[in-house]
Parts: sequence; C-alpha cells; structure tokens
Amino acid sequence: MTIMYPASFEYFSPLNMDEVLELLSKYYKDGAKILAGGQSLIIAMKLRIISPKYVIDINNIPSLSFINESDGYLKIGALTRYVDLEDSDLIKTKYPLLYEAVKNIADPIVRNWGTIGGNICYNFPGNNLPAVMLAYNARFIVRNLSGSRTISAKDFFLGPLQTSLKEDEILTEIQIPIPQPKNSGYFIKLAKRTGDFAIVSTAVNLSLNYDGTVKEAGIAIGGATNNPVKIVKAEEALVGSKINDELIREVGKIVSDVIEPVEEPFGPPVDYKKAMAGVLTIRAIKQSLKNIIG
Amino acid sequence: MQKVHVKININEKPYEAEIEPRLLLVHFIRDIAGLTGTHIGCDTTNCGACTVILNGKAVKSCTMFAVQANGKDVITIEGLAKDGKLHPIQEGFWVKHGLQCGYCTPGMIMAAYQLLKKNPNPSEEEIRIGISGNLCRCTGYQNIVEAIKYASEKMKGEI
Ligand SMILES: Cc1cc2nc3c(=O)[nH]c(=O)nc-3n(C[C@H](O)[C@H](O)[C@H](O)COP(=O)(O)OP(=O)(O)OC[C@H]3O[C@@H](n4cnc5c(N)ncnc54)[C@H](O)[C@@H]3O)c2cc1C
Ligand code: FES
Ligand code: FES
Repeated sequence: MTIMYPASFEYFSPLNMDEVLELLSKYYKDGAKILAGGQSLIIAMKLRIISPKYVIDINNIPSLSFINESDGYLKIGALTRYVDLEDSDLIKTKYPLLYEAVKNIADPIVRNWGTIGGNICYNFPGNNLPAVMLAYNARFIVRNLSGSRTISAKDFFLGPLQTSLKEDEILTEIQIPIPQPKNSGYFIKLAKRTGDFAIVSTAVNLSLNYDGTVKEAGIAIGGATNNPVKIVKAEEALVGSKINDELIREVGKIVSDVIEPVEEPFGPPVDYKKAMAGVLTIRAIKQSLKNIIG
Repeated sequence: MQKVHVKININEKPYEAEIEPRLLLVHFIRDIAGLTGTHIGCDTTNCGACTVILNGKAVKSCTMFAVQANGKDVITIEGLAKDGKLHPIQEGFWVKHGLQCGYCTPGMIMAAYQLLKKNPNPSEEEIRIGISGNLCRCTGYQNIVEAIKYASEKMKGEI
C-alpha cells in the first residue's frame, strides 16, 4: 500500500486572533494555509495537490466558534463545526435551509470536524454551503492585519476553489439576515450516494407577505457548474406574485434554462443536470411553502 | 526540518515522541504507539477504517495531523475491551456475525461507539446514517446493523 504523507511544512497553532493575523501577514507570500477542519485541506495535501510551506492551525481559537443572533443577523463563527450547527435547535427551527444543507454534508465523522468557514472558503463545486449562502444573501466578515471588511456572498465566490478572499485574510464570521415572519427554505441535493458531493444541489429561501404574495426569494444552484449560481431571473419571477403550481413550474423552467452545467468526462450528461436543477428547485419551493403555510 | 514534541494519551496511556508535523495521527497510532488495530483503507477520508475517538468525537485519523492531538485523549479499538471482557459493541459484532474479512471492523466499531454515546437508542435508519462514513466491502451491512442494535440493547441492560 502506498502511504501518503504530505510534503513537509512548518506548523503553527496560534492561541489568539492577533497571532493568526501576524502569521498570515508574515507567511502568506510563501503560501501559508489556514487549517480548519482539514477535511479538504489535509486530503489535498496528502494527494500533493497542494503543498503549503506553512500551516496555520486555527483549531485552538475558541472565539472563532459560536452561533448567535444579534443586530438583525444570525452570526456564525467560521470555525463552527457542522455537528454544532446540526445539533443547534435555533438552526433546526429557524434556518431549515442551512440545517438541511449541513445535515447532508458527507457523513457524521466528517461533520464532527468540517467547519462552515472551511466549506465556504474552499468553494469546491460539489460543496453544499456556497449556494446556501447565495440564497440567504449572506455576508462574510474577513480580517487581515490592517483591519476587517465585509463581503457579500454574491461577490465572494469567484470560481472553482476560488474566492475573493485575499491570501493574507481570514474569514472570521458568517452573517445571515434573521428571517422575517412567514419565511422558510429548503435544500435538496442530488448525489450518487449518501454523503457524496452534489451532482446538482438547489437552495431556496422564501418569505411571503401576509396576503400570500412573495416578499423575498433566494434561489441558487450548486454542483452543476464550476461556481454556485444565484438565479436572479427566477427570484424576480417569484417576488410580488402569488404562488401557484403554474408559477412554480415556470420558475423551474427558468432555472433549467439559465444554468450552464459543465461537461464532465464520466459525469451525467449536461442536459440531465439542467433538467434536474429545475426539478429540484420546484421541489424545494414546494417544501418551503409547506413549511410556511403548514 | 521542524520537529515537535507531542504527548498523546491513547487508551489512557501516554505516548511521547519527536515527530514531523506532517505525520498523520493514524501513523502515530500504528507506527509509534504500535497499536495496529486501527486500519488504513482508502487514505482519502472515504472508508472510515481509520476511525478513532479524539476527546470524545469520532475522527478519521488519516485526516488529522498527530500534532493536532497533542495533549489530547484518543480511544482506539484496543481500548474498548476491559479486563479481558469484550465491549458490548465488540460482542455484538461477534454474536451477530457483523464481519467477514474484518478489515473495516475496528473503524466500524468506533463509529458505532460514537453513535451509541450520542444516541443510546438509535433506529435502524439512524444506525445506517451513523455508519455512513464507513465502508464495508464484504458484509452488505445488514449484520453490522444487527450488531449495533444488539449492542444498544445490551448497553441498556435488555439482553
Ligand atoms: C468523504 C467526504 C465527503 C464530503 N462531502 C461533502 C458534501 O457532500 N458536501 C460538502 O459541502 N462538503 C463535503 N465535503 C467537504 C467537507 O465539507 C470539508 O470539510 C470542507 O470542504 C472544508 O472544510 P474544513 O473545515 O474541513 O476546511 P479545511 O479542509 O481545513 O480547509 C479548506 C480550505 O479553506 C481554507 N480555510 C478554512 N477555514 C478558513 C478561514 N476561516 N478563513 C480562510 N480560509 C479558510 C483552508 O486554508 C483551505 O484552503 C466532504 C469531505 C469528505 C472528506
Ligand atoms: S483510511 Fe482514513 S478514511 Fe479511509
Ligand atoms: S468485513 Fe470485510 S470490509 Fe467489512
């Protein structure tokens, strides 16, 4: 059996954020990497897809792990692990879109270690959370030695394994607007087997007015394309309208038309992924409505 | 080359060594502590053969650096039997024929250990989800599920 060791690196395990920022600013030019849950990074290092010279382990910084609501936002620390989101009553009851997406990442052992921040920063096309963040209109707080800035989800995801995070920056916090009354959402993933990466995934977040018309809609597709896509045309078709089956079908069709899946050598055909993006969206809208109306 | 001194408690016994940071926890367990019950299957975090418990949480030990376990407590398959008596999960795998070649078994048992700690009374579906990070190429899983059911009943004192 081949034993896969990563290439040598220098390891740091800072105990506070100041130290992390110092280390990043000192070593980012030489390819320093932040180690969060390691459920993508360590695998990539073992396969020698990447061989960072410096590894900055943030697992000993408890201040990066929290879940709370304040100032109109649900705030989640970047190092918060999937298992803690899955076990949170707040997330389960008030953020069904996030809950469903997290529950369907990998398997329970990977969910013990993987973090929300790692999932977003890695932006692997099959990952669940980038599309979820687009549907929620989330925003991210990032920091470097000279200060912090806020990036909206729609400006964050640039391409496969690419984000607008600079090399000396760290994501510290994810902010999701606190849902209004009559809000719900849903996440559905099509995968080859339980726990596998998405072939296509859909994230839907809906808010209704009291007269039953759509107040806000967030719709995003992951997996099928190189980068998660927010389907603005589909969102616009919903907002202001009263939902019925015909409208939902129309929205599904818009999603299928807009999405441009990548051709994979051994993957399912592009047409199938297009069709499924629409079908999953229809199902997710219906489930969101069911959650709201009961 | 950077070397770090680490001390990891495995099955309540301390093991100390000077290691490179790139050493994976599974290699520390097998090569330095000499505890070869923890297996390496896929090396890509898919098969779960290397599953151990770190400070109470299951981890695929091929996907963590040993230095990250410094000062922490690890439980491996060797740590389950007490005073020569099998742990109820081990007993369940024996009684219910939950294995054939046995390669996946230590990881499967550690995954079950974590599952039953969190949920002492899992349904069949919850058992299947609980071991979804562990692959078995022999059994078809049915008897593994039976074994875990047996263990959950035994641990509640029903057998
Ligand atoms: C078997 C298996 C199945 C999987 N299935 C799924 C799935 O179905 N859906 C899914 O979404 N994911 C899946 N994953 C991926 C998993 O969710 C990873 O945990 C995730 O992609 C990375 O999170 P992490 O915390 O482990 O980050 P790490 O692996 O530690 O880091 C990933 C990258 O993000 C960077 N990074 C991490 N945190 C920060 C931060 N705070 N600021 C800046 N940069 C940071 C790192 O430097 C690195 O480049 C699977 C993984 C495995 C092993
Ligand atoms: S060897 Fe660790 S998961 Fe397969
Ligand atoms: S018993 Fe052979 S792999 Fe599970």
